[in-house]
Amino acid sequence: MAPLLEVKDLKTYFYTQDGVVRAVDGVSFSVNRGETLGIVGESGSGKSVTSLSIMRLIPSPPGRIVGGEILFDGENLLDLDEDEMRKIRGRRISMIFQDPMTSLNPVLTIGRQMTEPLQLHLNMSASQARKRAIELLSMVGIPSPERRLDDYPHQFSGGMRQRVMIAMAISCNPELLIADEPTTALDVTIQAQILELINRLKNELDTAVIIITHDLGVVAGMADKVQVMYAGRVVEEAPTDELYHNPRMPYTIGLLDSIPRLDEHRGARLTPIRGLPPDLIDLPPICPFSPRCDFVQESCLNVVPPLRRVGPNHRAACLFEVTREQHQQAAAKAAAEGVETIDIAKKVTAAQEPAILRSR
Amino acid sequence: MISFLIRRLLWVIPVLFTVAIVTFFLMHRAPGGPWDREKPIARQTQAQLNARFGLNKPLWFNPDAAEAAAARGENIFQQGRAFLDSQFFNYIIGAAQGNLGPSYRQVGREVEEIIMEKFPASAKLGLVAVIFSVVVGIPLGILGALKQNTVFDYLSLFVATIGVSIPSFVIAILAILFMSRMFGVPPIRRPNEWEGLGTAYILPGIVLGLGTMAFITRLTRASMLEVKRQDYIRTAQAKGLSTRAVIMRHMLRNSLIPVVTILGPAVAALVTGSFIIESIFGVPGVGEEFVISITRRDYSMIMGTTLFYALLVALGNLTVDLSYGFLDPRIRTRH
Repeated sequence: MAPLLEVKDLKTYFYTQDGVVRAVDGVSFSVNRGETLGIVGESGSGKSVTSLSIMRLIPSPPGRIVGGEILFDGENLLDLDEDEMRKIRGRRISMIFQDPMTSLNPVLTIGRQMTEPLQLHLNMSASQARKRAIELLSMVGIPSPERRLDDYPHQFSGGMRQRVMIAMAISCNPELLIADEPTTALDVTIQAQILELINRLKNELDTAVIIITHDLGVVAGMADKVQVMYAGRVVEEAPTDELYHNPRMPYTIGLLDSIPRLDEHRGARLTPIRGLPPDLIDLPPICPFSPRCDFVQESCLNVVPPLRRVGPNHRAACLFEVTREQHQQAAAKAAAEGVETIDIAKKVTAAQEPAILRSR
Repeated sequence: MISFLIRRLLWVIPVLFTVAIVTFFLMHRAPGGPWDREKPIARQTQAQLNARFGLNKPLWFNPDAAEAAAARGENIFQQGRAFLDSQFFNYIIGAAQGNLGPSYRQVGREVEEIIMEKFPASAKLGLVAVIFSVVVGIPLGILGALKQNTVFDYLSLFVATIGVSIPSFVIAILAILFMSRMFGVPPIRRPNEWEGLGTAYILPGIVLGLGTMAFITRLTRASMLEVKRQDYIRTAQAKGLSTRAVIMRHMLRNSLIPVVTILGPAVAALVTGSFIIESIFGVPGVGEEFVISITRRDYSMIMGTTLFYALLVALGNLTVDLSYGFLDPRIRTRH
């Protein structure tokens, strides 16, 4: 069966005064019906730009989708005109945004905002839409929804607003739901409730979900497969279990190692990834992670490592067969001797400065 | 809501009182007086005039009169009234009863009578100006914001810059010339044309409103650009709403709040007329009274026009505060 969404070699660039920011540079992936894809990465790795590209909501200017295809149910979204695209937004693909505090219009009632897509896409009358909005609000667990419908967003808490956002997003039974950091702005107990809610609705409605996050814990509990993004590219993709048990890209390994563990003895130091993500302007054709990599070799500075198969359904963008154990050994060795890796890291800086070390 | 309204209306009283104190103080600090002429008036005549208009009394307080009243054995209220038997408090007491006193220069006429006679023409002119500035300014600002950095944006900037930077008397005269040469519009109107709401008000109204229009344009543009970047606009777009619905339903109301804020004082300024515009177009409005009363040291007229203006500004701002509630529910609950 053809996947519901297939993104092929997507390139979204931002044309700024300082130069061209290659926010998304050749990203490919696919999502099947009913499947959950997790996209993980640091700020600025291109996660959100990828999702906004799918919705074709990239602010333009300065942003522009310069290449690739976004096949949704066999149809290339990039070929649609604005009217046709509008019929897809909110109807067949809908989106939940990061900050529920600012994502609802402060001057319109919740009811007004919720009935908008219902009347628009499903041609409901005002009273039908209102009834459906009440149903939806109770589905997402808002108490006494018929009363809350006439309230304004500022009368809701952050978690409740995110529930409203979710209710709004699922109102037209979309085939694909994109959740862009849906829990980042919420506190931890509410996070769990919201994720649980998204999971439940996904199963009830059989919706495909793309969940974007920088929190590996969120992905672990929800996604069927995960892709890790770095500097506008996918650097590793695998089924969730595989990725957690056998990460093959030094960046993914670094991310997993940096998660603090509950069973660690007190006072143990966190293991961060050193350095900052590269500036996406004028990125040289080298492995974008090399300046921060403990496993860096000369050959990393010659090519952008392509995604290659490292196992069944598992692809990673590293030239070497790095495993988590090897990586930890290399890191330990580097820390102990401080010779080899640092030398190469210096070469990188000397050769490529300031292009790759310029922090954003 | 009602209690809010009453509270706010009561606040107008101390505001006006303060304005009166400041105006009165400044007015009497300025050298000269209402009886100054090129040829000095006889000292005796001046004294008679002063006595007639109460200008022989002390400016602020009258302790001598209070003492005299006490000596006569009058009660505490009469003593108090005697203590306040000064130019300032006599004026305030009169004003509180709706009596703004006689004009010192327009002999035989009361200040309120003059204001009420001349205000309607200015108000009608101001109304045309307000309508023009809103109806042109807001769409122009929206256009500039939506088509940011395009020809439309620059055109809107160009119009707005012209609106603020060219003095109104230049534009007024150019407008009169242009309209009379090209379209045969009479440059000077007959006095009876200012009665009712005739076409005569259109041209001076537009010229008067230009500055405000320019200001509203820039304000709307800036505020629209601000709102355009908000997350909830992206949400609205992600719902699949048309551009029109996004602008009209989601952007406009949010971006009008700063515009409404300046509209209160702006309306007060526009309806009280403009000396320049009114004299160029020959509008029989109240605008000239603001200027002439000062140069003539027509004390009661200065106080009258200033307090009248202050009252309009206060009411304008009250209306603005009330309309915030309609525009933004977050403010509504705080009343």
